[in-house]
Amino acid sequence: MTAIAIRDLVIRRGGRDVVRCPALDVEGGAVTGLMGPSGCGKTTLMRAIVGVQRIAGGDVRVLGRPAGSAGLRARVGYMTQAPSVYGDLTVRENLRFFARALGASEAKVDEAIDAVAVPARAGQVVRDLSGGERARVSLAAVLLGEPELLVLDEPTVGLDPVLRVELWRLFGRLAAEGRTLLVSSHSLEEARHCDRLLLMRDGEILVADTPDGLRRRTGHENLEDAFVALVTERRPVRA
Amino acid sequence: MSPRVTAAVAARVLTQLRHDPRTLALLIVVPALLITLLRYLFDGRPQEFDAVGAPLVGLFPLLSMFLVSSITVLRERTSGTLERLLTMPIAKLDILGGYGLAFAGLAAIQAAVVSVVAFGLLGLDVAGSAWAVGALAVANALLGMALGLLVSAFAATEFQAVQFLPAVVLPQLLLCGLFVPREGMAAALRVAADALPLTYAYDSLHRVAADGALGGRGTLDVAVIAGAIVLALALGALTLRRRTA
Repeated sequence: MTAIAIRDLVIRRGGRDVVRCPALDVEGGAVTGLMGPSGCGKTTLMRAIVGVQRIAGGDVRVLGRPAGSAGLRARVGYMTQAPSVYGDLTVRENLRFFARALGASEAKVDEAIDAVAVPARAGQVVRDLSGGERARVSLAAVLLGEPELLVLDEPTVGLDPVLRVELWRLFGRLAAEGRTLLVSSHSLEEARHCDRLLLMRDGEILVADTPDGLRRRTGHENLEDAFVALVTERRPVRA
Repeated sequence: MSPRVTAAVAARVLTQLRHDPRTLALLIVVPALLITLLRYLFDGRPQEFDAVGAPLVGLFPLLSMFLVSSITVLRERTSGTLERLLTMPIAKLDILGGYGLAFAGLAAIQAAVVSVVAFGLLGLDVAGSAWAVGALAVANALLGMALGLLVSAFAATEFQAVQFLPAVVLPQLLLCGLFVPREGMAAALRVAADALPLTYAYDSLHRVAADGALGGRGTLDVAVIAGAIVLALALGALTLRRRTA
């Protein structure tokens, strides 16, 4: 099943093509990593998939419907890169609000707090939390709606390694439930947690493959080396 | 639009204000202090206090709600929470309605306190009912909220948002007839005053204070205020973009 299908997508900003994506299919029920350096267009591509990005041309279909259509709003959860939660509310007040707005039960709030491992901070005002903790609250707000597709923009940035692995395990569990996850990261270390990888550079997807496929293709066991090998080849590969 | 989501937004806005008790205290205490100041400015001329006091009681909420809403909504725009809300299954009307509900509630408390002080303690005397003044104050608060929400789209920072008070509201306050009767103004200013919503807010309050009832013209004034609220909210809704560059 294809969860996201992109054809001939062009996104222009300031007269420049910032994202070009001739064709991309993202498989449903799996964790797909969108990897690439900062500024390569990951966020812009994700915004186009969520349907909040104005596009210059092309077609983006999500769960069979045009991206951003009203019927998708309950089925797609988007976590922005900057934690978009209310700094002047406590963790619990934030999540209670998003739960009410989404029609989720109060029990879901506790579940989401547990899932992202911030229970000790539930009564604290978000402004007083660290960047990583704030990002986790923002992630918890996405989980509340139990969306079929989760688009997560750098959810693990700034977290300690133990928490990072825990979050990737959570993503794996969500995928096992049949949900689709598109998770961006600029750290290729995290690529090994993904079922599939999209490697992006300068606004283009260089390769779409599984981690093993990428290793085979380049002959490098380490995914970071594999990525470097692909980039230095300078040969855009279409999967 | 759904009552559940609207109520959720309103509850959230009020919770945010509850976390900022100093702002709440200022919102409620400052108008009462200013009206007290006014009472003793006009110590020897109680009729003039009566003429100016009631319109001011009715216009305070407009000023404070304009400021509070423009900054709250600006924060919502810049923090990314607005973008998040717009990706969720939430109607724009739920967001606007939630803000309206929260600020109307707050304005009602503010108007009640300043009315009790003005009418009860300071002996402010109006021909009409104090309740009518209070009701108009809440309507004006909604107008202030709608205008604040609209201008927040044109501000990138909180400094800019604050400057919209002297830029957008002060000229209306000068032109509305509170300080100088409109008949004595230059013709062009009279035309401008007729086009500005605060003029109708002042007129309706003046009618209740001086004539004792709204009457036909006063009802028309209230209709214009309602129209201005709807128009400002509709324009404000246009600035809540689901898709941006």
